[in-house]
Amino acid sequence: MKPSIKLAIAMGAGAAFTLGAVATASAAPKRGGMLNIVVGSKIPSYDGHRETTFGMIHPIRPFYSLLIRVNPDNPQSTSDFVCDICSNFTKSSDGKTYVFKIRENVKFHDGTPLTSQDVKATWHKLIFPPKGIASSRKAFYGMVESVEATGKYEVTFKLKYATGGFIPALATPFNFIYSKKDLDTHGYKWHMKNINGTGAFTFVQHQPGAFVEGKRYANYHLKGEDGKNKPYLDGYKAISAPKMAIRLQAIRGDRAQIEFRAFPPKARDDLKKALGDKITVQESDWNCVMGFSSNQKLKKFQDVRTRQALTLGLDRWGGSKYLSKIAIVKTVGGTVFPNHSLAAKKEELLKLKGYNPDMAANQAEAKKLLAAAGMAGASVELLNRAVDQPYKVVGTWMLGQWKKLGLKTTQIVLPTGPWYAKFRKKKDQETMIDFNCQGVVNPLIDASKWLSNDIASNNYANYQDRQLDKWYDQMNRTGDEAEAYSIMRKYEKRIVDEKAHYAVSFWWYKINPYRSYVKGWNIAPSHYLNQSLDQVWLDK
Amino acid sequence: MFKYTIKRVLLMVPTLFGAACLVFFLLRMIPGDVCELRMAGEGGYVDEDAIKTCQHDLGMDRPKFVQFVDFITGFAVFDLGESMWTGKAITHELGLRFQLSLQIAIMATLVAVIIAIPLGTISAIRQDTWLDYAVRTFSIAGIAIPSFWLGIMIILGLLISTQAWFGEPWMPPIEYVSPLEDPISNMVQLIWPAVATGYRYSAVATRMTRSALLEVLREDYVRTARAKGLLERIIINRHALKNSMLPVITVIGIEFAFLMGGLVVTEQVFNLNGVGKLFVESVQNHDYTMTQALVMLVATVFVITNFVVDLFYAWLDPRIRYS
Repeated sequence: MKPSIKLAIAMGAGAAFTLGAVATASAAPKRGGMLNIVVGSKIPSYDGHRETTFGMIHPIRPFYSLLIRVNPDNPQSTSDFVCDICSNFTKSSDGKTYVFKIRENVKFHDGTPLTSQDVKATWHKLIFPPKGIASSRKAFYGMVESVEATGKYEVTFKLKYATGGFIPALATPFNFIYSKKDLDTHGYKWHMKNINGTGAFTFVQHQPGAFVEGKRYANYHLKGEDGKNKPYLDGYKAISAPKMAIRLQAIRGDRAQIEFRAFPPKARDDLKKALGDKITVQESDWNCVMGFSSNQKLKKFQDVRTRQALTLGLDRWGGSKYLSKIAIVKTVGGTVFPNHSLAAKKEELLKLKGYNPDMAANQAEAKKLLAAAGMAGASVELLNRAVDQPYKVVGTWMLGQWKKLGLKTTQIVLPTGPWYAKFRKKKDQETMIDFNCQGVVNPLIDASKWLSNDIASNNYANYQDRQLDKWYDQMNRTGDEAEAYSIMRKYEKRIVDEKAHYAVSFWWYKINPYRSYVKGWNIAPSHYLNQSLDQVWLDK
Repeated sequence: MFKYTIKRVLLMVPTLFGAACLVFFLLRMIPGDVCELRMAGEGGYVDEDAIKTCQHDLGMDRPKFVQFVDFITGFAVFDLGESMWTGKAITHELGLRFQLSLQIAIMATLVAVIIAIPLGTISAIRQDTWLDYAVRTFSIAGIAIPSFWLGIMIILGLLISTQAWFGEPWMPPIEYVSPLEDPISNMVQLIWPAVATGYRYSAVATRMTRSALLEVLREDYVRTARAKGLLERIIINRHALKNSMLPVITVIGIEFAFLMGGLVVTEQVFNLNGVGKLFVESVQNHDYTMTQALVMLVATVFVITNFVVDLFYAWLDPRIRYS
């Protein structure tokens, strides 16, 4: 039975779309073959509950299952979630109780049958970790009151309040289901160095710095289109290749077939030019927003007029046109992922400061504001990350925009470690390239970045705004989509316009060129999503 | 010779201790740490508890002095500890990479010696002829062309030429296979970086061979040998070449030690999982334990190589061991 129970969620009627996407599942899937993936980041530990990098997700996710996941056949939708190890679920009328029926045919790779106790133990580790155990996303589940096994194959989540953010948060791809036996026997840190999941592939080997290898798990619980157990592939290798040029050449030379993060437009064009229809390209908006923050601990950025002038100075519509040809950014948007039902419509965006396409008017207003704030001709320093795509490209563009306002601009580019350290010290940086990259599109969680800095530790603009905190709380607790939309507009306007706490420049743009004989993979709005590989096959 | 050897061995201890102090304290002066990178490095939500737990797990909340003593005592008994990034034993992580780096270093050295000694000799004995100019141009090009650029050109050249000739682009494998497992695949992968690195390496050695040989050929004893009618071949091979090899051996030794940890860029270009790539990654990740271990490994290789070169000097030149 195909496990495609579509989960209707309160907030999610976002229209799915894929620019340049191809229909990848038109032919009958073939079985066999090894998929070689190139991965541009490194694996810290194997523990999904603890780690935050795609360098772990891409090689390790295929070994594990989730309770629910983004529909792998329709990952562009922001509202289409399907059961993974559950068979179905029900929601109470007040939206505060969710009961998940667990499949009875699921086994861990060591042969242990999966029951509701494993699901309960996993979610307790994720939401209520004991002291000394890191759970990097436990704050996503502030709405959860309890998780109980209410039957051998039934798990009940009780919420403190109904929220549309709950179901998308459950589908976070890092929430690997662990065996209770492993947790009880080996402790909560065992999964950092060991793997025992229920995913489509079993662990074969990991050569640190080189590759991770997995082979087909014959007892995987999901069936393929041919009625036999998935996955279709015999196995896969996730090859570590930190340099983009190598990843690109590896696909060109057929040493690897795909890279799941993204390539810049030029790389896509080069591959297409060299290999023609042997390369397929899927593209999508990406759930990463790029912008800048001004450090409000510094006197010169405490005046809202200065911050508004800086955002007014950015020619977003013009920049999008040109930067999208050289960088992995494209769509002009607000604080919500552009294709989500909670996102601002274009006519609403145009009313916000800095979104008016008339740049002469914007620049004139910005200059007036700067003069009024005593900042005419002042110097502004931009802290940036020493990574080309898209940081340095966008940062350099921003400096050019601010120069047109008569500001003296400097860019300080630091390697990732020192860059974060400077960010997090929250002291001496002036303005900084700031971004918000999330997995599952879940604006009710993703928008927490703009809460006051004593609540959101990734608020690098260092402000406290209790009005925003109040609206955020209201947005999360309403079950009514229209009301959430209305609050989100006020929340967004205050962030990017009235208080100009944060300036959104562009949303990232994901471009995945890959060998055309790879089938069954569909691009998602995040490089963390749709990585279980159970539906991927090779047309060879 | 025994006394000389002991003296050289004892000199290694303060050298290595100095390197240990430098790497330990310099690393901690770089802003940021491994936990911030792991827990906050992707720009999403940041959990402060997770960062603190990670720092505690890795012992980063202990006083610096305690961490330093741990490092030194560990190094003294060859216990390098665990990588802060992967949590795996450093000896295990290093073992995997060392094999590859050692093989590349040996192959590049062979390429360099095969090119440098004959070319340097020819260049010296045919001084100021077209042959000499050709060799010098070849070797200057080797010094001038960065090996990473040559590496990129090799890969692109292979991709473009194979596509033009066979219709499908081909490039060397990007994952390492041990020569014991599959010698052909191993060679197909590693010959290209060995050539790219060996060419630059040979350029230095060629020029050194040429200048050293030219100097020796002007010595009185060579003139005497010629005067007494010895064949030129015998003069070159038996008398001049051997005596001109001292500086060449020094260059080869230093370059070999450098290759063990210094193939940073070449390893990136060819995606080789060697010590150089590990070096870059561990510095980027703020993996203190791994970086310390690598610096100490490279320092040890340098110290031992210098020691061996010194012994070789003493063996070749009796004046050194009697001084």
